[in-house]
Amino acid sequence: MSAPLLQTRNVTRCYGMRKGLLGRSVEVRAVDGVSLTVERGRTLGLVGESGSGKSTTGRLALGLEKPDAGDVLFKGAAMPGTDSLAWRQMRARMQMIYQDPLGALDRRLQIVEQVREPFDVHGLGQPKEREALAFALLQSVGLRADQGRRYPHELSGGQRQRAVIARALATKPDLLVCDEPVSALDVSIQAQVINLLVDIQQELGLGLLFISHDLKVIRQVSHRVAVMYLGRIVEEGEADLLLSNPAHPYTEALVSAAPVPGRRTRPRIVLQGDPPNPAARPSGCAFHPRCHAARERCKVESPLLKPMPDGRLAACHVAHDQANFLKAAS
Amino acid sequence: MSTVLDRFGTVADPLVEINGLTVAFDGVKVLHGIDLSVARGEAVGLVGESGCGKSVTWLAALGLLPKKASVSGNVRLGSTELIDAEPDVLDTVRGGRIAMIFQDPASALNPVLRLGKQVGEALALHGGLSGAAIRAEARRLFDLVGIPDAARRLDAFPHELSGGQNQRVMIAMALAGKPDLLVADEPTTALDATIQAQILELLTKIRRETDMALVLISHDLGVISQTCDRVCVMYAGRIIETAEAQSLFDTPLHPYTQGLIAALPPLEGVRRRLDPIEGNVPEPWNLPPGCAFAPRCPRRGEACDAGVPPLAWKAPGRFAACIKALQAEPVRPREPVYA
Repeated sequence: MSAPLLQTRNVTRCYGMRKGLLGRSVEVRAVDGVSLTVERGRTLGLVGESGSGKSTTGRLALGLEKPDAGDVLFKGAAMPGTDSLAWRQMRARMQMIYQDPLGALDRRLQIVEQVREPFDVHGLGQPKEREALAFALLQSVGLRADQGRRYPHELSGGQRQRAVIARALATKPDLLVCDEPVSALDVSIQAQVINLLVDIQQELGLGLLFISHDLKVIRQVSHRVAVMYLGRIVEEGEADLLLSNPAHPYTEALVSAAPVPGRRTRPRIVLQGDPPNPAARPSGCAFHPRCHAARERCKVESPLLKPMPDGRLAACHVAHDQANFLKAAS
Repeated sequence: MSTVLDRFGTVADPLVEINGLTVAFDGVKVLHGIDLSVARGEAVGLVGESGCGKSVTWLAALGLLPKKASVSGNVRLGSTELIDAEPDVLDTVRGGRIAMIFQDPASALNPVLRLGKQVGEALALHGGLSGAAIRAEARRLFDLVGIPDAARRLDAFPHELSGGQNQRVMIAMALAGKPDLLVADEPTTALDATIQAQILELLTKIRRETDMALVLISHDLGVISQTCDRVCVMYAGRIIETAEAQSLFDTPLHPYTQGLIAALPPLEGVRRRLDPIEGNVPEPWNLPPGCAFAPRCPRRGEACDAGVPPLAWKAPGRFAACIKALQAEPVRPREPVYA
């Protein structure tokens, strides 16, 4: 079996945070021992609340940040150091799409010039052909030639995000990291861009790391889903299994809190309190102060991310105890 | 509580009644005659995509738009007319009878004033309180909106609280004048999913306890569906459909509403390709001649370009601005929910 497209092994990223003007620097673990795998042609959805470390995980996966511990493997090889020649060459194989397309585009350049840039940077194709290649890419994401001649502010949000996707595809990458790619778009436009990403993946066999806070969007695009809470993965598994029958109480609360139009089929669980500050991580399981199922053990012992009988991974004492109990009973 | 609309789309004995409200910026009309009435204690949702005029409707009603906006029409609060009202009339209405909260609580609060002082300001202005009574009442409001350790939080600054807690402070401030109507403009859009659920539950609880009416403005159909009795869907500066929440989501009549619901990825059942609404929302200065949705509409016919369809009665309590909307039909067949 060939190596997976992208693998992170126990990556950890810490930031120093000063408490007060003269206070001591406190170490904050934004990402704490995260192991993920993205396969070719598959999508891994990464979901969590703000501050859970999902964007940092995306940046670590691309080598935009260097992990303090653990390593990132791309096609089985270690990620070269940031800004080295080897890294820059490798970066052609992996691209990123951000939430705000206007911020990701140069407002003084025509769309087609920006889509052409990756060809120039990575020396792909003959200089004369590059513009035609750029127009072909724009066409493949549903933008007309006259729209390619426009400037970013002359396009709508959805069209801009299409332009960003076209540019990301220029180097024929194997991996796309999408950080909240549709969160800034209106519902009707969101669906257009989601369909486009799914089509592109089927056509080109891309691996996708799809970061979002929106469970509905995550479910639509993902084969597997990982849920993050305070820098750690608390549950990971097949998208349908995980979202229809969550094992971790946090996933359960997230699913039940997702606003769905029409009748709801499950009761809404409203978590009390705010997500804790990563600088003051609760003892034991970080979720225990907000968890309805928390026991004494959860306050002292941090649960490990372990496989459940149905194949998914979960980091919860209660979920594992229940699974063991059911196994013993049958 | 559910409110019954008569055949003209108004509620009996409305708290606020908006009639033919139009707004234009620099000669470009962005609101084309909004008719909307809100009953006492009712929760009305205003939903639509960005630029459809859902926020402008209420900013115009409360005289909060910049001077260059030209507003016409009527907004009546009881016997008081709010459009072109004198500033001192608006001062007693805003914050006193109608309060408004916004998307981003951090920028709506003053960063250099303690929270207790900011809430106290509203209490002094609209509650007629002074001295120690202000602090006691502020504390009661903080308790009411579920801020833990309320006494100490009164002396905190906004940056010391999380986004969700700051939104609770905004709600406490809005409640200071004991308003008859709270207009919440995207109150949970900047918040995390679990915090969003808390705030929506809080708004519903307060509404039940105080019999305050709520207008919830949101782009999120799910948020609206869970909080509101009645929903108005807006498109390009007009209300294009209104109905009781449950029937609107079960059997949307207008093709735009149907499209919006079909474009949402479901959280349960079979995953299928999304049906997006093709094209884009038209710019306000470049509207099509007839129905504004016609260029994107799957049911478009020649008659659709002839004129703008009025918001018309289709069934009891159901109004849609579409000449092709004939009967109520479910958009998505109910799929079995697997365990």
